[in-house]
Amino acid sequence: MNEIYFNAYAGYLEGVVRGYRDGLITAPQYLNLTQCETMDDLKLQLATTDYASFLQNEPSPMSTSTLSARCTDALVAEFQYLQQNAAEPISKFLDYITYGYMIDNVILLITGTLHERDTHDLLEKCHPLGFFDTMPALCVATTVQDLYSTVLVDSPLAGYFRECLSAEDLNELNIEIIRNTLHKAYLEDFYAYCQSLGEPTASIMSDILKLEADRRTVNITINSFGTELSKDDRAKLYPRLGNMYPEAQTRLARVDDIDQVKAILEQYSEYKAMLVGVSLGASSGGTGANDVTLEDRFFAREVQFNKDSFEQQFHYGVFYSWLRLKEQEIRNVVWVAECISQQQKDKINNYTSIY
Amino acid sequence: MGAVYSYSYSSYARNLLGATIASLAVWAGLYLLLTGRGERFNVGGYLLRISPYMWALYGISFCIGLSVVGAAWGIFIAGSSILGGAVRTPRIATKNLISIIFCEVVAIYGVIMAIVFSAKIQAVNSSSGFSRSDYYTGFSLFWGGLAVGLSNLICGLAVGITGSNAAVADAHDQQLFVKILVIEIFGSVIGLFGLIVGLLVTGKAEDFAGVI
Repeated sequence: MNEIYFNAYAGYLEGVVRGYRDGLITAPQYLNLTQCETMDDLKLQLATTDYASFLQNEPSPMSTSTLSARCTDALVAEFQYLQQNAAEPISKFLDYITYGYMIDNVILLITGTLHERDTHDLLEKCHPLGFFDTMPALCVATTVQDLYSTVLVDSPLAGYFRECLSAEDLNELNIEIIRNTLHKAYLEDFYAYCQSLGEPTASIMSDILKLEADRRTVNITINSFGTELSKDDRAKLYPRLGNMYPEAQTRLARVDDIDQVKAILEQYSEYKAMLVGVSLGASSGGTGANDVTLEDRFFAREVQFNKDSFEQQFHYGVFYSWLRLKEQEIRNVVWVAECISQQQKDKINNYTSIY
Repeated sequence: MGAVYSYSYSSYARNLLGATIASLAVWAGLYLLLTGRGERFNVGGYLLRISPYMWALYGISFCIGLSVVGAAWGIFIAGSSILGGAVRTPRIATKNLISIIFCEVVAIYGVIMAIVFSAKIQAVNSSSGFSRSDYYTGFSLFWGGLAVGLSNLICGLAVGITGSNAAVADAHDQQLFVKILVIEIFGSVIGLFGLIVGLLVTGKAEDFAGVI
């Protein structure tokens, strides 16, 4: 019955977001991008895409960071158009999407303040989607209590902060714990919200968010090897959802090295297929030309889920999926640009193709 | 907190009202039954006392009313998707007007049937009231009108949803338009079925004439 009233508040936006999806860079266009020799060539090729109007006024020797910033501007402009035209149920969904960026911004600011960086530089680095009014005030906070009572209590993130308040002072480890706890609370809350929206949004978003939860679980496990994080604390950081919750998570909480993680993952048919040919040791940037990291495989799978969400009409998942696909596309373009500017053409094909 | 209180207060009031009505109904029923007048509670008699004009005019208003609701609903479902899809691919706007027309046709069915039905209504001048044939005309117009109205409502929704699919698919891939249009045509035929049945149901009904 969802079909008969969905379009009353989201029909226009769904049409618009599907239009955005059609503007994503396709495989032949990627092929053209990878053939480029210089950044100017790349810029010329990108002029045929939706990024054209954002890149045309850039002076000619364009750096990769400028390219990345302009592409993000394009993404933000499109998302804000959606937000400005959204009415109640859909606007809340879009707000939920921005909470993830807010968390990243908060963590960026706290980390920057800890390292005594300039506030203005930090604010420029923040993701525009996660901007909220009291954010600049974050730079003065020195303890977690301060952070909460002066700034975050008025932001939408207040509810997520409840579990972090036990941490006493802000150091590297605590910030990392806060980041993961916030993301965990956010994921669980977003998942519950999506379930309350009913079918088909619930089932589509549940696939995507469960994968996200599993990815976080695996990343937390791998990144906690060799740190002072205790195993009990590690288990507390896992999101309480996903395909691996709760059975595999309790076992992942106790493992000590990467081979045990692999053994646990291989019990899941979908992850077993993902692990084939993956070099688990190097999770940050491969060494050879054809090295595939687990992260890349997760991205590829996420892209698959997000593409699937466009196969159905009359649900909110498309808004989330489009944003994730667009982000993946920006990562791809930046990757290609990096390879071109650093003359590393042998790795240029390591992007995750979307369409 | 105020909202919570007011909510619980209004639900309390609603429960009280419901309980009052239920106990009054039970009291009235028992009163009639125990004083030997139970036959007064007579649904059939009540229905028969309704004027055939009432039946006929209800039928006509259901026919046109529900058809228009179906058409309007379908147009907004298809229309908002066309609007959204046309932001990036303006070429779909003119092509997909056909979905809007399919929805509009549903309202036209309702108008046609309402005109056909209302032609059977005439003033009854007989001093001895309605004849049996007049009652038949009233009932058949009522149920015929309801059948046409409901089938047109569902048809409008079906065409609207498929029209929205067609717009979105056409914006993505031009070749899909004709394929989905075929499905849309099948959807729009549902309304025609209702139209035919409505005509058959009221076909044997004669004009209001009274006892001659």
